[in-house]
Amino acid sequence: MNMTTKRLLMVSPMALAFTLGVFLYQGIGQDPNKMESSLIGQSLPSFTAETLISPSRTVTQVDVLGEPALINVWATWCPTCRAEHEFLLTIAEQEKVRIFGVNYHDQRVAAQQWLTDLGNPYVFSVFDPKGDLGIDLGVVGAPETYLIDANGLVVDKVTGELNERTWKQLRAQYFSLLKGTN
Amino acid sequence: MLKVLLARILFGLTITMSQFTQADITSYEFSEPEMAERFVGLTTVLRCPKCQNQNLADSDSIIAKDLRTQIQTLINSGQSDRQIAEFMVQRYGDFILYDPPFNKATMVLWLTPIGMLIIGLFALWFFGRKTHTQGAMLTPAEQQKLDQLLANNQVQDRD
Repeated sequence: MNMTTKRLLMVSPMALAFTLGVFLYQGIGQDPNKMESSLIGQSLPSFTAETLISPSRTVTQVDVLGEPALINVWATWCPTCRAEHEFLLTIAEQEKVRIFGVNYHDQRVAAQQWLTDLGNPYVFSVFDPKGDLGIDLGVVGAPETYLIDANGLVVDKVTGELNERTWKQLRAQYFSLLKGTN
Repeated sequence: MLKVLLARILFGLTITMSQFTQADITSYEFSEPEMAERFVGLTTVLRCPKCQNQNLADSDSIIAKDLRTQIQTLINSGQSDRQIAEFMVQRYGDFILYDPPFNKATMVLWLTPIGMLIIGLFALWFFGRKTHTQGAMLTPAEQQKLDQLLANNQVQDRD
């Protein structure tokens, strides 16, 4: 065995360990629950459902079209939804963001009470007690927030709490879409 | 005595645990027994999107329950296993399959073991070749010198 091959053999495990190290280092801090939504780039699924506030009012996907909007999946049993609620109110009031709710696997009375007590940031909330719309949206758990354009195309999604930091991811897209519509 | 007691406790635990995991599956009703088998099969090979190390059959999360009901409905409406898997992938992505298909995103996953195997085989061949040829690497002159040295050594040993 000559010197070059010997050296090569000595270096290769180190190179291998280094490559592996870089690969593993990239994984640190990444949320394994965070997944690319299959819905991004696709149209909002069609649905027909009651609104949370009035059982007699039926809404469909057409009712959320016309302008870009956020679709926020929420429930009263979900602590993170409670945590983000204040923020939703803020952007709905101060930035005039159109937000639609999907009340997911919830009790109607409890959910109505929640909106009365905490304030209602939603244009309307779809009542989805069995999670049917949830399945079509590919919802894994609440909260989840989808950004759709005026035609109902899903542009982006935030899994988990919508706050100052995660809204940043959607904000620019929302307002550039809004500019395009008006 | 203690051993028997311990064994009984363990046995009891095992029974209770298995009842836990079975309970959910048997509560789904189908018109044909063959459909129930397919249900068990599908909920085993499909992964729970919320709790990543469990399949749909084992998980008690809301989404897993919803998806089990959804699978039940789809089976009863006459959909094939393949159609049901497609339904799930459309909504939750390849992630939901325990056996991911070969595509751009999963290429590394599929090719790395093959690559490792090739590297391993190459290394095996490389080192195997070295040991075989080592004897032949001496020139005739070197061989003669070696023989001489060995002969001398033997003579010295006898003293």
